[in-house]
Formats: sequence, structure tokens, C-alpha cells
Amino acid sequence: MGNYIASQTVKKVIEINPFLLGTMAGGAADCSFWERNLGMQCRLYELRNKKRISVAAASKLLANTMNSYRGYGLSMGTMVTGWDETGPQLYYVDNDGTRLHGNLFSVGSGSTYAYGILDTHYRNDLTVEEAIDLGKRAIYHATHRDAASGGINNLYHVTKDGWKKIHAIDVNDMHYEFAEEKKTSMSS
Amino acid sequence: ERRALAKLQDPRTIRKIVAVDANAILAFAGLTADARVLVNKTRTEAQTYRLTVEDAPSMEYLARFIARTQQKYTQRGGVRPFGLSTLMAGFEDGAIGTKKKPVLYQTDPAGTHSSWKAQVIGGRNAKTLREFLEKNYEDNMTEEAVVKLIVKVLLEVVDSGAANMEVCVIRAGGRETMSEADVTKVVKVIEDEIEETQASAGAKKPAADA
Repeated sequence: MGNYIASQTVKKVIEINPFLLGTMAGGAADCSFWERNLGMQCRLYELRNKKRISVAAASKLLANTMNSYRGYGLSMGTMVTGWDETGPQLYYVDNDGTRLHGNLFSVGSGSTYAYGILDTHYRNDLTVEEAIDLGKRAIYHATHRDAASGGINNLYHVTKDGWKKIHAIDVNDMHYEFAEEKKTSMSS
Repeated sequence: ERRALAKLQDPRTIRKIVAVDANAILAFAGLTADARVLVNKTRTEAQTYRLTVEDAPSMEYLARFIARTQQKYTQRGGVRPFGLSTLMAGFEDGAIGTKKKPVLYQTDPAGTHSSWKAQVIGGRNAKTLREFLEKNYEDNMTEEAVVKLIVKVLLEVVDSGAANMEVCVIRAGGRETMSEADVTKVVKVIEDEIEETQASAGAKKPAADA
């Protein structure tokens, strides 16, 4: 089907459990299937060990699964994030079995545009509002320039009590908001 | 209890208390050869856990693994159960922000596992010795008091003293097998105490007669 976009309303953030989130980039089927499978493994861990799984362990389970299917043509680039005993954590996992720990990641075909915005404005002492604005801005710029990126911006905030959904804004509506901003900054 | 070594035998090769993970030790009662196989499986499992979870396995996890393994061999064709019970000692995390607490787990050939404050396995006198432990165990004993109690228990079954005992202490920071010299010291303290109580009991008797 080539570059045919089947849907603009796919939810690209998967809620694995109230404390873990996974993002979706690459093949939608591979992402949603394997992240739901990860959710099942995390629940089994909880039942067997009477405590919540760490983000490091959850991301490792996913990475090991990807590793065992290496060569089968899976396509998945995801970020696993959550808050566990060691604090907030973020891991990047992809279909090669790569697993990286970091404070900041951008994944997908439009990731380079997002990195430009993120790297320019990221500081490690951002307030929650500043961070939300930065995330929204990064997504907007990526979807504006990359034809294969777009749809709804689902934004979540992860705290020690779990994740909270902040908003779900259509990126096309965001354009006019940022256009206004440009107008006012140009005139001043 | 360690069986008396032949003069020509190297004592280092007959350890009955082994390390399973960085801070977990295991003692067993039963077939030594079966123990070697089970301990090796457990060591491998501990390392696999560290690789996939990026953290140390809890004592409870290891005890569950050993118990699960022992149970498997009771419900499969062509195999026989492992002929041993194990006692695993180590430290486990308490609630976040609290110190690690010591734990003791026991498994048996049926495949059950349970946690104990103090326990004795093996030999014909395990039941009597367990009662002895129950009488003398107190919560929050110091390390010295615990070692003394353990040596007292062993002295009930072992005749020749420190040469036939293997004592291993596990602390939050690591494990240490007591040297024979140190065990002999504890044995001496206990024997002196027994003599004292006997002497004072003897002294009382003549007074009662008079």
C-alpha cells in the first residue's frame, strides 16, 4: 500500500499498567501486540513476586523478546517509561533488541525534527508546564515537516503515583496556535 | 554437622555450606551429589535473573525456584526426586527506607518452601533439636549469641567438637565461614558454662544435706 495512511486516530501511547507507558513507532501491529504482551508479563511478575516490576526489568523483557525474533522482520521502535523504586526511568527499545537508558529520546520517522526542538530547549530543571510545552512543540514541528508523522498528540505526565494523561490534541489544530506565536514574536 | 574427615582428605572440597549468590548461602541435608546438581541450577538461575531483571534475586525468589525445581522432579516420568532438604540464609529488603532483614528459607523433596526464624534439618535428632531451638531462641539476638546457640545445638549431636562442625555466618555485608579455631573458642565457652552450672548445682546439694 506504500505511503497510504490508513488512520489518523491510532493511539500511539500504550498504557501497559497504571505505572508504565510504552510508545509506538514503526509497525502498529508489532508495537501494540508486543506491548500488550509486555503488559501480561508485567502482571504475571506482580502476581508471582508481590511487587511492581521495575522499568529496567520491563524494558529488558521487551528487548529480549525482540532479540529472540531478530531476523523475522519485526518493526518496532518504542520508549518504555515509568516510575519505580529507583525513581523515574526511560528506556528506548527497538526491533533489533537495542535497549538504551536515557533522559530524552525521540523515535520515529520525524524524530530528527523533534530532536532539534528538544535539544535546543531541554534543561534538567524544567518545570512541569515548561516540559509539557516543550513536548507539544517538538511533536508539532516533527508532524509539520515529516509527511509520515501526524494525527493526535497524546501527552502524558509520569509521577511517583503513576501516569496522568494531560491532553490529546489534533496536530492540525496546533498549527494555528504556533502560527499565532510566530506572528506575535515577529512583530515584537 | 560435618562428617569426620579422613586424614588424607582435603577439607576444602567437602563444604556443606555453599554460596549461591553474592549474599545468599545454602546448607543442605541429604545426598551430596543431588545437592551439587540443585545448587548449580540455582546459581545459574540467580545469574539469569540478574541478567534479565538487572537486580539481585530476593531470597524468597531463590527459595521458590529451588522448591519449584524439586517439585518438578516429583511429577515427571523417568526421574526421581532430589534427595535433600535445603536451608537458605540471606538478607532481604524490607519496606523502602528500612534496613535489610535476615531471612531463612527451608525446602524439602516434596517441593514446599517456608520461612523460619531458626531451623534444624537432617539427622535423626532434628525434631528434638528443633524443640531445643524453640526453647532457647529469642528475637533480636546478637551475632555472638546466635553463634553460641547454633554451636550448642550442634554439640548435642556432635561428640568430638569443633573438628566435626562447619559454621558459616552471613551478614548484610557478606558471608564468612568460621575457622576451626574460632569454633573451638565458642565450644570452650559453652563447656566452661556447663561446668560452672554443674559446680554451683553440686555446691547447693551439700548445703541442702547439712
